Order: sequence, then structure tokens, then C-alpha cells
Amino acid sequence: MSTEFPFAQTRRGALRCLAFGGAGTLFVLSGGVLAPVDLALGATKSTPMAKAGTPLFVQISDTHIGFKADANPDVAGTVKQTIDLVNAMPNKPAFIMHTGDITHLSKPEEFDRAQQLLSDLKVTELHTVPGEHDVIDGPGAEYFKRFGKASDNKGYYSFDHDGVHFVALVNVMNFKANGLGALGNDQLTWLENDLKSRSSSTPIVVFAHMPLWTIYENWGWGTGDADQAMSYLKRFGSVTVLNGHIHQIVQKVEGNITFHTARSMAYPQPAAGNGPGPGPLKVPSEQLPKLLGVTSVAIAPMPGALTLTDTTLA
Amino acid sequence: MIRNVISYAFSTPAAAMLMIFAVSDLHAAPAAEANTIVLKDFHFSPMSLTVPAGATVIWKNLDGEPHTVVSDAGLFRSGGLDQDDSFTFKFDKPGTYRFICSIHPSMMGTIVVK
Repeated sequence: MSTEFPFAQTRRGALRCLAFGGAGTLFVLSGGVLAPVDLALGATKSTPMAKAGTPLFVQISDTHIGFKADANPDVAGTVKQTIDLVNAMPNKPAFIMHTGDITHLSKPEEFDRAQQLLSDLKVTELHTVPGEHDVIDGPGAEYFKRFGKASDNKGYYSFDHDGVHFVALVNVMNFKANGLGALGNDQLTWLENDLKSRSSSTPIVVFAHMPLWTIYENWGWGTGDADQAMSYLKRFGSVTVLNGHIHQIVQKVEGNITFHTARSMAYPQPAAGNGPGPGPLKVPSEQLPKLLGVTSVAIAPMPGALTLTDTTLA
Repeated sequence: MIRNVISYAFSTPAAAMLMIFAVSDLHAAPAAEANTIVLKDFHFSPMSLTVPAGATVIWKNLDGEPHTVVSDAGLFRSGGLDQDDSFTFKFDKPGTYRFICSIHPSMMGTIVVK
């Protein structure tokens, strides 16, 4: 199932958003300003999002290969279903971005299995950022052996595609004492330099595993030094920040920056503060596919616009 | 008569060995329980534990979410502990040792070795 609703700055847009709240996500970033999207497009489930434009990329997240507890005894199965979903898209995305927690426990055999499963994606380019579950063995270990080349083993890097500048950040290596993620000074300096030469009209998409805004501090759902990163990003007319980690969709707009977290491909987690901690959430098996899915990002018909669509397995 | 039985028991080395094992087991069992910290609901429990020098501490994860046990001074670091996995470390020197779960660092604990 693919669902969308408009996400807009205007009052009119906000009201439309309320009307379709809970249906899913679609937002458009045009010329640096968030613009409301055509409602018929956003609200009609029979209109595949792919028709709204060329899919630029698909965000997948939190595959947790190696997880085998009650919340999903067949993680490989749901990951396969999600890959089938991506492969069935009528227009192939240019690349896939995995926003971390590829594995559950950073074990070599889990990475092997994950890479074997992900190789079934009919998309040639796969980008990744590590989640905290991928770097349990510390810096320079298994994740970096496999995915470190793009970043000279730093984990963070940037690239350009279709006039969009993509920045992949790591916020799971040095946690703040309160449990929030952190980027660290080296990475912040790198980010400042990476963005310095870009014109403010360049659309920016930022990836990191943990949310780059504080969703729930008690559970460490945020990044302690994200404000510093945002201070470098706020001059840009269109910034989209995509995260995983919390296994559910939460979103926010602040100025020209749109924040969005993706569903997991493995198991859901409770809403912020609901229960003793952010562990796996066991739901009836028939509900599970409705809580797992991917986010697809497309260039919308209007010039320079991006749209985001969340798609579940059922 | 009783004295005779005891002296007979000690006269065979095997029996003496059994006695020694029995005695050491009696001491070891409660000590091991006392030196166990469980990881449950995203907390170390107890959060602080005092042990004598030479004691071995056991951490056991009861959560469905993996955790780690990492010394802030770099003295010890468990791998990822899945549900029901354990990690042990022997504390030889007196001192205060702080540790966190590196995946969920708001989980903190302290071992005081006397």
C-alpha cells in the first residue's frame, strides 16, 4: 500500500494535511519553499506515486538482519518482501539509501546475509550510513570493512545526483551521556566545508541513522549537536533530512528544513514514551506488514520539487 | 564411632577432594548471584554494585533489544549482548569503575571494588 498526504507551510495546506492525517506522507519542496501538493494526487491511493515524477531514490532502513525475537521471527522474509516492493516500482529509482541498522549485532555473518539479500535490489547504486547496531564492535570494524570505502573509513560523505546534493552523516559513534547521538567536531567541520561552496538554491538531502532533531530525549531519540549542523543548512532553500532508528514515521518542518523518519523493514517500535523503553514492539502478525515499509523520494512535476512517499508492505 | 567415620573419609584422597569441592561450591553459589547485574527495561539493575577485589561480575541482558557493557575508561567492552546473553569481567584492583551500554548510553552503572 502506498499512501501520501500533503505537507505544507500554508494554513490552507495545514488544513489539508489534517484532513488526510494518518494516511501517509507526501511533501513537495519547490524553489526553496515548501509548497502544497495537488490534493487529488496526494489523497488518491490509486495514483501511484511514481506517476508524480521520476523516482530519485528510495530510502530503506533498519533491516536488523540477525534479529529473531517474537516481534518478527522472519526478518529476512520481510526484507525480501520490501525488496520485491522496490523492484516492482514502475520507474526504477536512481539509487537506494539504507539509513542504518543493516544488522542487529554487527556480526560478520549478519552483514553477509544482509548484503546477499540487498543484492536482489534491481538498483545498481546502494548508499549506506551506519546505525548503532552496525558499529557495536567499534570504529574501523565490520561495517567499515564493507561500506567504509566511499568515505575513506570516516563513514560520512557526500555526492551529487540530478542537481541535488546528498550528505550522509554518522551520529552513532560517540553518544552523548544522556543517550542522544552525536556528530562530533570533526564531522561538523567537514560538513561546514562540504556545504560552503554550494549555492543556496541547491536542494540538499541529508541522511543519518538517528533523528537529527530531538523527538524524545529520554530514549535518546535525537542528536545532541544537530543544531550546529542545522546552522550550516538553514541558508539553503530546500533541505530534506531523512533518518531511521525509531522504526516509525515522525516528521517536522522547520523553516526550509523538512525532517522525516522512515519505517523499519524488520519490526516496529513503540511511540515515544510508550512503555519502559524503545525495544521491539510485538504486534499481531497480520498487522506487522502495515508497520514496515520504505520511503520513496521523487522529483515532482513542478520544477525543482521533491516528493516523499511512505509505502508499507500491506 | 562418629570420629572413626570422619577419619576414614579423610583417609581416602577422593573423598577429601569431594569435601573440598562441596565447601567451595557453598561459597561460590551465593557470591555469583550477588555479583550479577541484569539489563532490563533499558536499565542496569542494580545500578551500583560493591564487590571485593578479585571478584567476577556477571552482566545478563534480559531485554529483547541488544545491549553492551562498556567501561568508560576502556578497561572492558562486551560485544553485542542479545537477549539472555551474558558478559563477565574480573575486577582485581580496588577502585570505582563506571560503565554504560554503548548503544543506549543513558544506561549507566558503577562497580565499586574494595
